[in-house]
Amino acid sequence: MASQSIKRRSTSEMTMQRRNLLLGLMFVSPWILGFLSLTLWPLLSSLYFAMTRYDLIRAPVFIGFDNFRELFTEDADFGLVIRNTLIYVGLSAPLGVITAFLMATLLNTRVVGRSWFRAVFFFPSIVPAVVTAAIWQFLLNIQYGAVNGFLQQMGWQTVPFLSNPSLVKPSLIAIHIWAQGSAIVIFLASLQDVPRMLYEAATVDGANAWQKFWNITLPICTPAILYNTVIAFIAGFQNFTMPWLLFGNGGPSKSAEMYTMFMYRNAFTYLRMGKASALAWLLFIVIVVFTVIMFRTSARWVYYGGEK
Amino acid sequence: MNVAIAKPVRHARTSAVGVLIEVVKYTLLIGLAFSFFVPFLWMISSALKDDPQIYTVPPIWLPSPMHPENFINGWTKFNFTKFAANSIVRYAIPSTILVTLSSAVVAYGFSRLRWHGRDLLFGLCLATIMIPFQVVMVPLFITFKTLGWLNSYMPLVIPGIFGSPWFIFMLRQFFLTIPEELSDAARIDGAGEIGILFRIVLPLARPALIVVALFQFLGAWNDYLGPLLYINKEDLFPLALGIGILRRMTGETGTTALVYPYLMAVSTIITVPIIIAYFLAQRRFIEGITTTGMKG
Repeated sequence: MASQSIKRRSTSEMTMQRRNLLLGLMFVSPWILGFLSLTLWPLLSSLYFAMTRYDLIRAPVFIGFDNFRELFTEDADFGLVIRNTLIYVGLSAPLGVITAFLMATLLNTRVVGRSWFRAVFFFPSIVPAVVTAAIWQFLLNIQYGAVNGFLQQMGWQTVPFLSNPSLVKPSLIAIHIWAQGSAIVIFLASLQDVPRMLYEAATVDGANAWQKFWNITLPICTPAILYNTVIAFIAGFQNFTMPWLLFGNGGPSKSAEMYTMFMYRNAFTYLRMGKASALAWLLFIVIVVFTVIMFRTSARWVYYGGEK
Repeated sequence: MNVAIAKPVRHARTSAVGVLIEVVKYTLLIGLAFSFFVPFLWMISSALKDDPQIYTVPPIWLPSPMHPENFINGWTKFNFTKFAANSIVRYAIPSTILVTLSSAVVAYGFSRLRWHGRDLLFGLCLATIMIPFQVVMVPLFITFKTLGWLNSYMPLVIPGIFGSPWFIFMLRQFFLTIPEELSDAARIDGAGEIGILFRIVLPLARPALIVVALFQFLGAWNDYLGPLLYINKEDLFPLALGIGILRRMTGETGTTALVYPYLMAVSTIITVPIIIAYFLAQRRFIEGITTTGMKG
């Protein structure tokens, strides 16, 4: 009797489990189908296209690793584009995260009208990129722009922000810092999550403001710092819209030609789908490696409130 | 204040320094806020100018006389009613409905049901957030071209059926905060999972759904790269590409009069609804980020 009931229960548990599995899969099936058709399949087919010469008109021709070889040995623009992108990402991501964090820290103090300040800092990030490009192109215009007008009125020299090859990337970085309000909002949320108790305890122990910031605020915000840093780097690598809108031709001496612009040009201007796919895969590998390294090393400096 | 309680002796000094700190703090904040807002003031001011005022050196901030008619002329002369209709009716509304609904269904499966392999698949779903669109851009373009979907909004709207990993994540985090007892009670009453999702979970998750819908609508309203890839008939252009027409004209010589003021006027018109939407949904918006994004 007893063993029979145990057996019955275990078979009913089995069918329950199977029922739950089917139910769960049914609910997440839209995502599974999307993953297969919009992510996995394109990834694999672009690996195939990367090994071909393909112009959308004639059928793809298999050429092995020729696209990669051509990029690394023959295409002078490839090196230039990598350099541009690394400089842009290497500067804009850390500078952006640091300014966002400092601004959030400033907002997190006792401030009258905090939500107004937060709104003003946040707006630029929700404005359409075309509008941002239009405003900044005119704002930084060498003759009629407000910035150069201001410089002239102060008796200083005008600055060719958008036409001097060495100023193009700083201009793009400045626009990036202007338009990253969501990072500020995320930092502010994480700062407000720091338990007041900790500060009070530290105050009783005689800690000064700097010690409190360094030993309490910063460690507790490390998950948000990690998150914003990873997002900033990935967004930096794939930055397309702003440089494309401001410097559609690559900018002076191609100083604004970013990786994804180069890729877009190869695909849709020169119809080199194979080469563009090779570029896509290289970008994919770089981002995967970068993300893995960030998360692996994060265990050393990110604080998860005692949980493992 | 706490300092005062702990060490009353230092109170006087702290308050003197405190005043200085307050002055520095507000100077910094107001300076920063001003420099963040100046580009918008420039946009509005330029929208109110005529050509001679636009090309005055040094630039003027308060044009006189002002030309508010630019807002109407710029909008109508360049067909922006059509572009706005395309953006809203063909793109933003259908994609928002599809993405919100299916992301909610998927998020339900990832949070309110217990099944083998759930967390593994969810991890995979999260990992795909990291994959840049550009990596799959070329094969997707080829697929949509083969399907004959170029010059339509299908490539931008239809993928919404599959939900979006980012929104699935946000909704899942929110669904997890809804007490399990509510679902159990409904199950005892004989409700199916779909009934529980639509009658219990979704009504309670309204704040999160609104945030998701808002983000998607905003994303569609602002999207540039998507339409750039798939749409090249001017009749079908969304706002972002319509603005592009005006922007290109500013670079041409001997171009139509008043292009800059029109560009800035139309830019203002399409920016204002976003700012209004932010203020209307501000609390929900920020709460959405704090409850869904941070407590994960």
